[in-house]
Amino acid sequence: MGSISDVAPAREMTVRPRLARFRITRDGLSTLVFLLPFLVIFGLFAWFPILRALVMSVQDTNLVSEPTFVGLENFQRVLADPLFGIAVRNTAWFAALALVFGFPVPIILAVIMSEVRRYRGVYSALAYLPVVVPPVVSVLLWRFFYAASPTGVFNTILGWFGVGPLPWLQSAATAMPSIVIEATWAAAGSTVIIYLAALVGVRPELYDAAEVDGASIWQKIRYITLPQIRNVLFVTLILQLIATSQLFTEPLLFTGGGPANSTMTVLLLIYKYAFQNSLGGDYGMAAALSLMLAAFLALFTAGYYWLTRRWSVDS
Amino acid sequence: MRSTTRRSASVLATFVVITATVFAACSGTTPSSAPSTAPSAGTSAAPSAAEHEPVTIVVGALRPGVTQEAVDALYEQIGQFHDKYPWITVEPEEYNWTAPTFTAALAAGTLPDVFTIPFTDGKGLIAQHQIVDIDSRVRALGYADKFNPNVLVNGQDADGKIFAVPTAAYGMSLTYNRSLFTAAGLDPDAPPATWDEVRAAAKTIAEKTGVAGFASMATENTGGWQLTTATYAMGGRMEEIGADGKVTATVNNDKTKAVLERLKAMRWEDKSMGSTFDYAWGTINQAFAAGQVGMFTGGSDLYTWMIQNASLKPEDYGVATIPLENDPNAGVLGGGTLAAVNVVTTEAERDAAVAWIDFYYIQKLLTEEGAVADAKALAANNQPVGVPSLPIFDKATYDESQKWIESYINVPVAQMTPFTSKIFDQPLVTEPVAHTQELYAALDPVVQAVLTDENADIGALLDAANAQVQAVLDAG
Repeated sequence: MGSISDVAPAREMTVRPRLARFRITRDGLSTLVFLLPFLVIFGLFAWFPILRALVMSVQDTNLVSEPTFVGLENFQRVLADPLFGIAVRNTAWFAALALVFGFPVPIILAVIMSEVRRYRGVYSALAYLPVVVPPVVSVLLWRFFYAASPTGVFNTILGWFGVGPLPWLQSAATAMPSIVIEATWAAAGSTVIIYLAALVGVRPELYDAAEVDGASIWQKIRYITLPQIRNVLFVTLILQLIATSQLFTEPLLFTGGGPANSTMTVLLLIYKYAFQNSLGGDYGMAAALSLMLAAFLALFTAGYYWLTRRWSVDS
Repeated sequence: MRSTTRRSASVLATFVVITATVFAACSGTTPSSAPSTAPSAGTSAAPSAAEHEPVTIVVGALRPGVTQEAVDALYEQIGQFHDKYPWITVEPEEYNWTAPTFTAALAAGTLPDVFTIPFTDGKGLIAQHQIVDIDSRVRALGYADKFNPNVLVNGQDADGKIFAVPTAAYGMSLTYNRSLFTAAGLDPDAPPATWDEVRAAAKTIAEKTGVAGFASMATENTGGWQLTTATYAMGGRMEEIGADGKVTATVNNDKTKAVLERLKAMRWEDKSMGSTFDYAWGTINQAFAAGQVGMFTGGSDLYTWMIQNASLKPEDYGVATIPLENDPNAGVLGGGTLAAVNVVTTEAERDAAVAWIDFYYIQKLLTEEGAVADAKALAANNQPVGVPSLPIFDKATYDESQKWIESYINVPVAQMTPFTSKIFDQPLVTEPVAHTQELYAALDPVVQAVLTDENADIGALLDAANAQVQAVLDAG
């Protein structure tokens, strides 16, 4: 099985004439012309900044004074910075919390909503609503909810049950979980829609057959639903892991990285390197840490892709 | 076929040329070109007034979020300026100095032509050629020698050339809510005079009113700023300069530890600091104006901002000098604002910029005509007149300027007496000289830890912060 799929692409490549790659027909020219604006835009706003980041990572530059080449010194300084370890730990902590709480919630919501016969569109819209709220507005709203005084919105609600008041964003122990709750609320809608679309693709006869076999709801979810949407789950999982490692807006607006650096994430640290000093930031260090993060994510994604492909093939 | 290929090649070549041109245009804005645009010192001969070429300057004089009345007052002053200099068009732009926004605007080259910076940034921007040498222009105005030398030095280079003009100076104060004092059974005319009294009053306010008796800024570098203020008041210092000019970090000194121990006790034993511990400059002012804070330490000039941005009830406002410990080194942290001119300006724009600085910031402090015009415009638009500040010239000039505007003063002067009657007797201490903002940034997490973690190890936190600051100082 495996050997056939390995051979097929190789044969296809040898059949194609080599010179054909360089022939640009009239259609090809039109394609190129239409492509040109996008190439320029990507070049300007994606590739050029990436190249600049590569250059800046080996420079001592604040974008104001003349830059000087410093080799790998920026990378060494990042690694020696005590905040680097803290930021990595906090980012991993957020990713873990988001995985435990944020990953299952959309699946559960999607499964429940797929079972609902009436008003499914309404529930989808409600689930998606937080996504269309601008992040800054969401955070400001949740900051208000998270007020640590006994009269804060959440603390008032907890008070009805004799719980709290909780410090929420005002304590190192609860700040990150508070951010995870808001982030899950804000992002779950998109994933719910993806899962709902995937669930629609599951053939109903599988459920019918399971029902005939006397399967419970949990068994149907466990043995039919989840395996059928496994590929979508893999993709959303990796997207979520990438997104969580790039957590920035929430800690910046909620806590500024505090209290006492407890919500200082890698991206926030990059921002601090670049913008904390009013006399010109350390853009070299910021670029170095950005590249380190990009390299980590690329390796992680490649490893994850390799693993999930193996799992898919094995199964 | 051949023609198609050739046409394709030409399209490709065009694409490459366009892309390269665009990239080159982008890279032209990179820092490598920046120093070459910086003017050489002393080359800026002012054009004669007879030329009167029309010129437009953008000034960062509009605070974001101010009331319409404050905007009207500014436009009235711009109108007065235009009457005097009809060839200069002034366009106000929203501007508010914060470290991150200033850094971004500085790097992007989008600062206004005239902008203000704290004293602590003057020397650094001069060293980086990011503000213009306006020495000859300012000296031509005739009052350069009247500035308090200790104030002017913040805007001068090592040779004494003026790159930025001091426009305002402040001393740290204890700002307190008189209505909360009254509600707590305290005398608002007798604010705390020692730190023990501050602690006791905070506890009383918290117990009697339920709001924070005392609050501290703790984010956006303000935690370090306020910790430095309190350390100075105890007689401590955050940096020491050796005979060889080498700067050593001393943020883990005993006085700072004592300040943090007191904060810890107020927070965890007295429970007098409320439940919000991530205040920055703007948010603590808003909370104070909203009656959520009994006392906090901040600049003596906050009244204007609170009126313009936070709807402060004037009767709530009280301000007193910061309590100083009985220590020969105890002093009040003083700072201030410099007005500077963007390096990306033409000679004519620089002339216009200095004329604006002179008109808008200085004349009201120096001449009766300027003082009265400024006060009239402010008072007509219900803006505060007579908010206490510290002199940037000598004390006699300051006193005289206050007399000129006496009939326009509309702030509750009596409520400011606990500050104005004592501040001139207190020794002023400048902010740490080297890497000030980075020092403050390193201390923010220390203040936050003490306020949010009952078991915070103050000694260990300060030692770590000291090592961090020293590393920054050593890096130069």
